[in-house]
Amino acid sequence: MTTITAYTSHHSPEKGLMRWIKTTNHKDIGSLYLWFAFIMLLIGGAMAMVIRMELFQPGMQLINPQFFNQMTTMHGLIMVFGAIMPAFVGLGNWLIPMMIGAPDMALPRMNNWSFWILPFAGGILLSTFFMEGGAPAFGWTFYAPLSTTFAPDSTDFFIFAVHLLGFSSIMGAINIIATVVNMRALEMKLMDMPLFVWTWLITSFLLIGAMPVLAGAVTMMLTDRNFGTAFFDAAGGGDPVMFQHIFWFFGHPEVYIMILPAFGVISHVIPTFARKPLFGYSSMVYATASIAFLSYIVWAHHMFLTGMPVAGELYFMYATMLIAVPTGVKVFNWISTMWRGSMTFETPMLWAVSFVFLFTIGGFSGVMVGIAPADIQYHDTYFVVAHFHYVLVTGALWSIIAATFYWLPKWTGKMYNETLAKVHFWWAVISVNVLFFPQHFLGLAGMPRRIPDYSLQFADFNMISSIGGFAFGTSFILFTYIVIDCIRNGKPADARPWEGAKGLEWTLEPKAQYHSFNKPPTRELIKQESQNS
Amino acid sequence: MNEREYYVPSATYWPIIGSIGVTTLFVGFANQMHGASWGASIMALGFSILVFMMFGWFGQVVNESTSGMYNTQVDRSFRWGMSWFIFSEVMFFAVFFGVLFYARQLSVPWLGGSGNNHFTPDLWNGFSSTWQQIAFSTPGLILQSGTVISVPRQLVDAWGLPALNTALLLLSGVTLTFAHHTLRNGDRNKIIGWLVATIVLGVLFLGFQITEYGHAYHDGLKLTSGIYGSTFYMLTGFHGFHVTVGVIMLTVILYRVQKGHFSADSHFGFEGVAWYWHFVDVVWLGLFIFVYWL
Amino acid sequence: MSKLTSYLGSLIAIISVNAFSEYDFNMTRGVTSVSRDIYGLHMMVFWVCVAIAIIVFSIMIYSLIVHRKSQGAVAANFHESTKAELLWTGIPIIILVLMAIPASSTLIDLEDTSKAEMTIKITGHQWKWQYDYPKEGISFISNLKQNSKDAIYSKNKHENYLLEVDNNLVLPVDTSIRFLITSNDVIHNWWVPDFGVKQDANPGFINDAWAKIDEIGTYRGQCAELCGKDHGFMPIVVDVVSKVDYAQWVLKQQIAKAAKLIQSRKTWSKKDLTSLGKKVYNTNCSSCHGITGKGIPGIFPALRGSSVATGDIKNHIGIVLHGKAGTAMASYKNILGDTDIAAVITFERSSFGNQMGDLVQPFDIKSAR
Ligand code: HEA
Ligand code: HEA
Ligand code: HEC
Ligand code: CUA
Ligand SMILES: [Cu+2]
Repeated sequence: MTTITAYTSHHSPEKGLMRWIKTTNHKDIGSLYLWFAFIMLLIGGAMAMVIRMELFQPGMQLINPQFFNQMTTMHGLIMVFGAIMPAFVGLGNWLIPMMIGAPDMALPRMNNWSFWILPFAGGILLSTFFMEGGAPAFGWTFYAPLSTTFAPDSTDFFIFAVHLLGFSSIMGAINIIATVVNMRALEMKLMDMPLFVWTWLITSFLLIGAMPVLAGAVTMMLTDRNFGTAFFDAAGGGDPVMFQHIFWFFGHPEVYIMILPAFGVISHVIPTFARKPLFGYSSMVYATASIAFLSYIVWAHHMFLTGMPVAGELYFMYATMLIAVPTGVKVFNWISTMWRGSMTFETPMLWAVSFVFLFTIGGFSGVMVGIAPADIQYHDTYFVVAHFHYVLVTGALWSIIAATFYWLPKWTGKMYNETLAKVHFWWAVISVNVLFFPQHFLGLAGMPRRIPDYSLQFADFNMISSIGGFAFGTSFILFTYIVIDCIRNGKPADARPWEGAKGLEWTLEPKAQYHSFNKPPTRELIKQESQNS
Repeated sequence: MNEREYYVPSATYWPIIGSIGVTTLFVGFANQMHGASWGASIMALGFSILVFMMFGWFGQVVNESTSGMYNTQVDRSFRWGMSWFIFSEVMFFAVFFGVLFYARQLSVPWLGGSGNNHFTPDLWNGFSSTWQQIAFSTPGLILQSGTVISVPRQLVDAWGLPALNTALLLLSGVTLTFAHHTLRNGDRNKIIGWLVATIVLGVLFLGFQITEYGHAYHDGLKLTSGIYGSTFYMLTGFHGFHVTVGVIMLTVILYRVQKGHFSADSHFGFEGVAWYWHFVDVVWLGLFIFVYWL
Repeated sequence: MSKLTSYLGSLIAIISVNAFSEYDFNMTRGVTSVSRDIYGLHMMVFWVCVAIAIIVFSIMIYSLIVHRKSQGAVAANFHESTKAELLWTGIPIIILVLMAIPASSTLIDLEDTSKAEMTIKITGHQWKWQYDYPKEGISFISNLKQNSKDAIYSKNKHENYLLEVDNNLVLPVDTSIRFLITSNDVIHNWWVPDFGVKQDANPGFINDAWAKIDEIGTYRGQCAELCGKDHGFMPIVVDVVSKVDYAQWVLKQQIAKAAKLIQSRKTWSKKDLTSLGKKVYNTNCSSCHGITGKGIPGIFPALRGSSVATGDIKNHIGIVLHGKAGTAMASYKNILGDTDIAAVITFERSSFGNQMGDLVQPFDIKSAR
């Protein structure tokens, strides 16, 4: 094996629009991903606002039930596939090469394609709104036969959009694996890798394992709908529940795809602001790997009510409960990292600390719904909605916002407005709890999810939740302002703007150069910046 | 080739052309399925754009590779990329095998009342739940009116054409390995011979597969023949599609061998295709055992 | 050990009943042994989580307050302790095992339907429930009640808005009942919280569940699986009555059924048919084809000016009787009686601007079956 001693960066960016279309640069592509994700977040969030407005009061006020279902479905799909996943890929693109001392991703052209499929997939998905019969209205889980026999023609466009999204994710994951394995500075051992890199590496395996399964599921939907096969049709010997098995075999790893990189982000922010090394580096790595492994064998906890054999239910209940153990390890490690640190609470830390609180609450409700007999009362109620918004919004999305504030100085070379950012944080963290906490009560009191209208006993909590929703929604206006203000008018930032920050990325120029490392970092530097020390 | 420098590829517009291509293809396909007369032409257009993109993109990579711009690090990235791509394909096929097992071992017996489904047969008159002989009505859900159509037990006899095809594919794996060895030894004429043999075997396989489809279809086994027909055609169909792609790729490799693109120690293009071909081989073994034999 | 946990569980449950049952933001305790077991589990897991949360969060909050730079805290440098890691892997495992024991026994109990004394078959349709009493020969459809439908778009909402149906399911108290649950189209889910019964209704398969209800009363629930447009509008109402009242009710139903049969033998006037047809249409068909027959483009066809509703009456009878395979249009053969089908067809052919003027008699339907 030859030792790479220098990197050439023959390319500086092109000018104008073509720069973005043709780019093979990990930072450009990372930015594209992040902006795309942000726009999708606004679109998906706007749909959530429609949902919350309709649910503000009992009765149908704004929209009709069919359109409500379209809103719910597209909100879920866009948030999951359009906002959270691309945002993490964007973070990965930006950060992984910088963190492992590489100039760029391993397969830069494919990287470009991974991104440039997304706007097309998103476009196809959104165009279904304008088709006869409207957009998909069968939930983001698109259970057959509602999505096969009983769905409008636009469903086939949805299917192709999912194919494209899957293709993009698989390419992105392959790229990250190749990058981490092959582009890592030779002096960097696996156990020197920053946790964000670790979590993304493991997430990539989840993606490559899970996305083809989703592709298979939608392919069978396609043939069931158009070519007369009977995979999900009992009248031909198939089974609609089989669809759910396939979907959740994808779907459960999918939810960890959305949380493992978040764990990575938090594992960077907390040590920085506690000014103390991450506690239990290697157990963090093993915990991540165990969560990933377990995530493949618990899928049917979404299906406790489908009439599975009891043995199956018992097994899936036990396996599900097990996931609390490695996740607990992570939570305890974060707390131990804070313990006897010397903490300050700049904005990224605020988000990270509230992540630990709120994600754990979401995790607890996860364990509750994981108890199979109790899930009889929780399933398909707002209790589940509350559970997954706590892990997704105050988990995944929270970490993305934390990451944005944490690395924004490195991306732009400038500092955001700390005061405004703190106002934004408190605004968001209070309103998000007003938004989602009452949904636990709604669910326990018996309000099913995915309903456009409800009986009177649910009125009060729905109104509170909606008010929280509107408040939380407006917080994004402030967020947008802070980010744009930072890019435009921010004060110059130091190369290492956070006192306690460790990591190779901070050794770069304040605004990281176009090709991060043109000389691989030395062993000494790597050791010095390692989280595992 | 500079082993001491990392190679950063130039900017490229092929990906966006690829995206336009697949989008066009899919939009055309969807409209075709919904009965638009112009759907097929749009599909063809999309497909052409895709082919154009592949020629352009791969052409560029081949050019860069032959002009010595890549080093071993780039080569390793390609290898990692190809391996994990094949793994994703493995998962894709795994779904359909999973469906086969699930339907055969679980859901079809359940329809017949096994497990905790004592009451389910009430919905189905005259249903018998043997694998190749399952009740179905016209597709769709007309419950309580399932009519029994039987698919002949050994409709596709494993030890007829399928066994022959197994032999062909296994053999093609061997010839391809020979081709690889000769490539390593640098004997170009022999490589061509082995490669041609591989391609011929692949084409023969496809020919027999089509013949077999003809028989099966004639005997009443269709896509619409319930879950048996669905799994049968889905698995063999996707496999056949992969063989077709493999044959095309082998042909391209043949062309490139003739052009002298590969050297004894640098021929990732060849190896990538070989991996793919072996993967397709292994999938077939699974098919032979679980679809035809057992 | 298992005794201890279930004892602890129920102890906690009893305490928490008193703390929470007055408000409607906790899970219902319900009126069956299963629902009470579930409630006990729920409260047990809840309190366990609360306890863990209190411990974990207090440590964290303590640290957040005390170990601040502004408090002069100086960072320590420890970052590993195998002992601690083992401890906080081991303790959660023990807690989880303790929770799994009562959960497993409840699960096994509620899946065992073998002790049932009677059977009800429940079939989900887009967007109504069908209840069959196989032994008693009773079968009816249960739709969202008209006054709730009327209230959806108005400001006045009454009590039990959206939780009322035209035909309640009637069940005897203190009887072990097996529910056979299935569907005729998409997946629905039959859920009555107070019974602790919630089971998917899968098309083509029959799931079962059971309940033995302890208290007379009216219990309400909803469909709990997204099943299309009116998923939010297919409630469940169950009247649980004494065994005597139940027997009487059964008798009454059987008499009514006989009376209906007699009705279907007579020849109907067009006026009677259309006015009955309108009622049948509004309860059974309007959710898809619309009150004014306009349907929803791309999903449900309009009947106004439809080639079927203004064409050969045989096709019209055919599609209502047999439905259309592979679409949402279900077969109404086993759902509606001859009279109702005749009435609704007659109504459709002379409403929404359709002016066919012809009519079908119940006996025509009978012979077309
Ligand atoms: C980021 C996404 C994410 C994450 C991380 C999780 C985490 C978990 N989820 Fe969640 N889940 C979703 C996203 C997620 N989920 C979504 C989107 C759905 C709904 C899909 C749909 O139907 O639309 C869902 C639904 C869902 C269901 C189905 C509910 C139903 O439909 O009826 C279940 C059931 O078991 C479940 C369980 C769990 C469990 C056990 C965890 C665990 O990983 C949680 C582990 C964490 C902790 C437990 C907290 C920290 C631990 C400690 C402090 C240690 C000590 C604790 C104990 C000993 C208890 N989830
Ligand atoms: C992955 C991430 C994710 C995220 C981030 C969110 C974010 C939000 N979700 Fe999410 N949600 C899902 C994933 C997510 N959701 C999923 C998977 C489902 C299940 C779907 C299904 O059942 O199939 C679901 C379902 C779901 C429901 C249940 C619908 C139903 O069952 O009928 C509700 C209801 O309240 C809801 C609300 C919200 C709200 C208010 C937000 C807020 O956090 C959104 C905040 C963001 C914005 C508001 C946008 C930014 C602001 C502007 C554009 C400016 C304009 C502002 C105003 C007009 C005030 N969501
Ligand atoms: C769950 C939805 C649903 C309900 C309820 C429903 N229908 Fe339909 N109906 C459909 C659909 C979908 C079609 C279109 C079938 C097709 O694709 O040909 C249809 C078609 C029809 C047609 C043929 C129209 C045409 O032009 O093709 C008639 C007549 C009809 N229905 C009558 C009824 C009657 C009478 C009822 C009530 C007793 C009823 N429908 C209830 C969904 C429904
Ligand atoms: Cu029926 Cu939801
Ligand atoms: Cu899950």
